[in-house]
Amino acid sequence: MSSEFVKVFELIISASLINNFVFTRFLGLCIFFGVSRRMETAIGMSITFTSVMMISSGLSWLVFNYVLVPWDITFLKIIIFIGIVAGFVQASDTIMRKISPVLYHKLGIYLALISTNCIILAVPLINAGERYSFIESISFAFGSGIGFALALIIMASIRERLELADVPKPFRGTPIAFIVTGLIALAFAGFSGLIKI
Amino acid sequence: MDKENNHSKSFIVSVSPHIRSDESTGRIMWSVSASLLPAVIMGAYYFGPRAIFALALCIVSSVFFEFLYLKILKKDITINDGSAFLTGLLLGMNLPASVPFYIPVAGSFFAIIITKQLFGGLGYNIFNPALIGRAFLLVSFPKLMTAWTEPSPAFIKIDAITTATPLGILKEEGYTKLIEIFGDKANLYSHLLYGNRAGCIGETSAIALLLGAAFLFYRRYITWHIPLTFIGTAALIAWIFGGNSGLFSGDPLLHILSGGMMLGAFFMATDYVTSPSMKSGQVLFGIGCGFLTMLIRLKGGYPEGVMFAILIMNCFSPLIDRGFKSKIFGAVKKK
Repeated sequence: MSSEFVKVFELIISASLINNFVFTRFLGLCIFFGVSRRMETAIGMSITFTSVMMISSGLSWLVFNYVLVPWDITFLKIIIFIGIVAGFVQASDTIMRKISPVLYHKLGIYLALISTNCIILAVPLINAGERYSFIESISFAFGSGIGFALALIIMASIRERLELADVPKPFRGTPIAFIVTGLIALAFAGFSGLIKI
Repeated sequence: MDKENNHSKSFIVSVSPHIRSDESTGRIMWSVSASLLPAVIMGAYYFGPRAIFALALCIVSSVFFEFLYLKILKKDITINDGSAFLTGLLLGMNLPASVPFYIPVAGSFFAIIITKQLFGGLGYNIFNPALIGRAFLLVSFPKLMTAWTEPSPAFIKIDAITTATPLGILKEEGYTKLIEIFGDKANLYSHLLYGNRAGCIGETSAIALLLGAAFLFYRRYITWHIPLTFIGTAALIAWIFGGNSGLFSGDPLLHILSGGMMLGAFFMATDYVTSPSMKSGQVLFGIGCGFLTMLIRLKGGYPEGVMFAILIMNCFSPLIDRGFKSKIFGAVKKK
């Protein structure tokens, strides 16, 4: 029991900090650069992203272990997972618009962006590849969401500060953001080898 | 006093601040550089001419790149303010003495152009330029950047003997072996204090660095908030989790005196630009640095974590500043 707990804890820390998707695997960069310009959008995206990530990886786990594995069609996992994520996002988009227009107005714009994000596909694929249990899959998804949120919030705070800086003209906006991401990745290299999973 | 005379002695009308002090960026930068002098001398004494060569190359190329960039972009040439000099000096102090000539040049380029000037120059950089320069070199040239040479006092030996740093030995072979190599505990501490050990040029001599730090405290260029919380947190974690015979059996003094802790805590984490500006934020910054340093030293893949810890906390300092923003007097919270 306690070793299971340790494993879950290590998965969350590993996915959020040590193997942070943005800074060590360079995934999900389109959203990362798109919404990190303002703190407000960064926080909205973080909340939506983490919840979508957890639910969709839970659904993917169920489909993978109760449909794909028994029928021996695991080679179809990429296309099936894309379908699950897109379907879930579209469904929640529609449901949210009907049930809670206020929430939809706040978080709805992020939903459409998420369905094409690569982290949201990477996490179910890693879960399937590593044969994580249901709890482990959910905690890995949670860690990845927290890691993405952390990256977005750090980046938003840095970019808001950079707005006042005298950045050379060709580097303003996205180029300097790429350089900042590279330098943060350099700093996060210090975490390498911390937890081996 | 006739009317005409009074008119010619016109009043000086100026905007605030009206109380001025002699302090300027240049004065602070040059003072910090001067305070590093004892450590530089100890480094040169123990690591010989190659150390002096590496240091000089770092300083010259940093100042040169700063000059070149400002010249090309037709900005005011501000190399006299000493900030490029200090960056070069700190980068040089963070290199092993045995590096080939292109390493200081590449590091200086990365530090000055990419980390500092592209962000808008002095005062706008998010990361400490010297540390990014070193991290870039460590990741790109891992072998050359960890080729530590044995200190050979006063130019006795010309040939360099390769060896491991105390923290490297601690990581690879354990605490008992480390004590064995240095004789006993007291001997180990004295080696660490004077700087007679393998390591980067400027980080080895704890006494010389403390002397420089005392000068900075005396001139009030640094406050206790970052260095003390940094070292305190690291010592506490080293004492509790650092030992191999259960909790509270670690050797905090070894962890404080070894690696880049002294240089990092007093001279690099306290950089005005890249650390939080509020005092409460600085305390949090220091605690974070100490925690991350010990996390990397005890659990991570690298034997030394001061550089990465400071860089990671640099990423967080705009966020910390946001969190500890001073309240606007009389402002009403938006509903």
